[in-house]
Amino acid sequence: MRNEMEIIFDARSENEGFARVAVTAFVTGLNPTLEELADIKTAVSEAVTNSIIHGYENLRNDNTLQGRQEPYHGGKVSVRCLLEEDMLHIEVADRGVGIADIEQAMEPLFTTKPELERSGMGFAFMEAFMDELEVESEPGKGTTVKMTKKLGVGDWIDSED
Amino acid sequence: MGRVLEEDFQVIDHCLMIRLPAEVDHHQAACICEYADRLLYREDVCNVVFDFENTTFMDSSGIGIIMGRYRKISCFGGRIYAIHVNRQIRRILGVSGLEKIVEVLEA
Ligand SMILES: Nc1ncnc2c1ncn2[C@@H]1O[C@H](COP(=O)(O)OP(=O)(O)OP(=O)(O)O)[C@@H](O)[C@H]1O
Ligand SMILES: [Mg+2]
Repeated sequence: MRNEMEIIFDARSENEGFARVAVTAFVTGLNPTLEELADIKTAVSEAVTNSIIHGYENLRNDNTLQGRQEPYHGGKVSVRCLLEEDMLHIEVADRGVGIADIEQAMEPLFTTKPELERSGMGFAFMEAFMDELEVESEPGKGTTVKMTKKLGVGDWIDSED
Repeated sequence: MGRVLEEDFQVIDHCLMIRLPAEVDHHQAACICEYADRLLYREDVCNVVFDFENTTFMDSSGIGIIMGRYRKISCFGGRIYAIHVNRQIRRILGVSGLEKIVEVLEA
């Protein structure tokens, strides 16, 4: 079976949950294990969050507590999923600032935003929870994160979790 | 998805108890940090307890929240505890190496 979908949404933190749910719903037909679903959710969340806070960094910050107006911007994030039999391919792309040194960016604990309470674990999670991870980026042009995972091989975990 | 409310943050016996929302992600993170730090600075807080009872999802934003609070209290000898940790959260803590600074308490 081959099945494909793409969603494009504003680079706003409200949409992080939406992206996770959309991808999860897209793959449920394949009866993935709960653990696989959790892995996919985490990986998607990391990539989408990175596009929002790093890719479009200057354009939004969370100041909802003070009730201030959010600075508006037109940045979009796209999430493309392709299912080929039991292989899931996910591409998360933005047209943000891009990454100059991809190798350094992917090192665990490396972050350019420590002041925003980021820990530098995003790529490490994508790597740990997906089978393959590839990052394409060009400064000033944007970033595309490609991930692949084979479904139906993970351990079942207790459903009460 | 559940908003973060002020009542989810309570200081009991010099312990800041934080009841985390269903999904701990970047969208919720700033709010959690702000509420937590208000109490950290105002009250006499020694340790921080993260309660994951309602939490089904956490990404690296949660790691940032925990590490940030740890930095603020560890210099005074404060400790971080986690309660009601399910398997998913435990994996996240494990992969991030955070189990070294977070003591997971069995309920
Ligand atoms: N889409 C992107 N656009 C521009 N820069 C990015 C993008 N994704 C990642 N980066 C860069 O790579 C670094 C590492 O990303 P990673 O997700 O591993 O950590 P983080 O986002 O800084 O912290 P965490 O994910 O733990 O909250 C980021 O700090 C940022 O500099
Ligand atoms: Mg990240």
